[in-house]
Amino acid sequence: MKILVCISNVPDTTTKVKFKEGDSLFDDSGVQWIINPWDELALTRAMELKEDAGNSVNEICVIHVGGASADATLRKALAIGADKAVRIDACPADAYHVAGQIAEYLKENPFDIIFSGIESSDYNGSSVGAMIAEFMDYPGISSVTSVNLDDDDIQVNRAIPGGKQVLKTETPFVAVVQKGIAMEPRIPSMRGIMMARKKPLEVKPAAELEVLTESIKFELPQEKGACKMIDSESAEQLVDLLKNEAKVL
Amino acid sequence: MSVIAFAKNWNGKFKNSSFELVSYTKALANQLNTNMVVLSIGELAEEELKLLGNYGADKVLTVSDPKLNTLTSRAYADIVAKAAESVGAEAIVLSDNNSGKAIAPRVSVKLKAGLVAAVQELPVSLDPFVVKKRVFSGKAFGHVQIKSDKKILTIAKNCFGLVENPCDITIEEFAVDIDTNLFKVKIVEEEEQKDKVILSDADVVVSAGRGMRSPENWAPVEELAEVLGAATACSRPVSDEGWRGHEEHVGQTGKVIAPNLYIAAGISGAIQHVAGISRSKCIVAINTDPEAPIFSVADYGIVGDVMDVLPRLTEAFRNSKS
Repeated sequence: MKILVCISNVPDTTTKVKFKEGDSLFDDSGVQWIINPWDELALTRAMELKEDAGNSVNEICVIHVGGASADATLRKALAIGADKAVRIDACPADAYHVAGQIAEYLKENPFDIIFSGIESSDYNGSSVGAMIAEFMDYPGISSVTSVNLDDDDIQVNRAIPGGKQVLKTETPFVAVVQKGIAMEPRIPSMRGIMMARKKPLEVKPAAELEVLTESIKFELPQEKGACKMIDSESAEQLVDLLKNEAKVL
Repeated sequence: MSVIAFAKNWNGKFKNSSFELVSYTKALANQLNTNMVVLSIGELAEEELKLLGNYGADKVLTVSDPKLNTLTSRAYADIVAKAAESVGAEAIVLSDNNSGKAIAPRVSVKLKAGLVAAVQELPVSLDPFVVKKRVFSGKAFGHVQIKSDKKILTIAKNCFGLVENPCDITIEEFAVDIDTNLFKVKIVEEEEQKDKVILSDADVVVSAGRGMRSPENWAPVEELAEVLGAATACSRPVSDEGWRGHEEHVGQTGKVIAPNLYIAAGISGAIQHVAGISRSKCIVAINTDPEAPIFSVADYGIVGDVMDVLPRLTEAFRNSKS
């Protein structure tokens, strides 16, 4: 059984975002790039499944659509334990374009399970996984909080408002994962980092695909006014302000 | 030409987010000088469907096949796309929630229609068609142009509000072939806590962080939430430590929420946490450290120990009710 993990290369979550060229582009100067947090958890879960002798997972590949600047992030994924990395050499224009590129790769290189994070922490499109499933005509499961294999029989938990569902699916399928899929992301070991240098990182040319949306410009949220401080003894005053000033009760 | 909204129901009931969706789509239809059709999937009582008429819907298409009572994203997407085609929709609008996230991308691929998720307001311009969306998990907004003829939007919760606009409503069954091959995912088991306030729907949220010092100290948080009819939430360290479940984690890598009132108790306000709550209408912060960054995004602040302040607040809210 083979698992493909889709990887987005995003600014570190502590980044203070800035824009340049008339607020039309993200200013990436001084930005630290990381594996999108949910993708990193998905990769960790894929590793756990491979290490469990009870099932037949024998290959984990990570895939990314983007330029050479993401190679360091892909090497990190290899150091965490992926067997192979693939980078589709394209400027990632929007979710449709990225999902289309990954689907083109999948048509030539089939996988049994495709993991995709619930969203990328930069553009928050939250669409790539479900689009891949549609391009490939595969079943897809969203809001996935766990994937278990029992003799290659697949059991998936999905979060629903105020609860969960336990689901069964056939393969191939796409799992769009969120927090809970793995407890903590793995940190690459020294040995992992050494081994990653020898693992394959294939660069594939991009397919000709349409782009349906275009980012025009960015803006920062309005600054908040000053915080009104209330004495810790005056709980009634806060209740009054919330009712009569903020009018949120 | 028209615009179509897909109004999801939960166990046969709409939520305020469904009515907000209809309110938004009606305003969009007015902007585009066209009419709106609302699509409902699954069996629903006629009285429930009629509620959509309070928010500007005059025509509802319904696909009331019991096979569709639970969300099957593939089948739902197929129906949404077919309904959109049949009414000649130039725009398709869904809510930015779990089901919208699962369905909209599939419809986008089916119809080759550009999709923008987590839209914050009515289009900034119609020609070119530009919408404003949340990016960097709430740290900024992006203006995105949709270049395809057909457009798909998912709208963020609480971005537009409810607009009452009573209409005479006609309800029509939409005849569509349902492809049984699209039901490959089977539900084995389902658990749902019926009495709990759901975090993503809640108007008031009481959230707590490491300032609570120990998972045994959560009673004051839960008591305040109960008095306010609020959902409980927590910061990332609290869910990572296993003090509370992941479903309560609010922030950049957890849930991004937009309640009317967010009460942050013992949360310092790391940039990742603030990203998840910045669209709250009103933020109250309680922290022992007057320099905590949470106070720079809060509307009201109290410097003090959460274990003293929370019970006092609970008491004050309780008294104000009676």
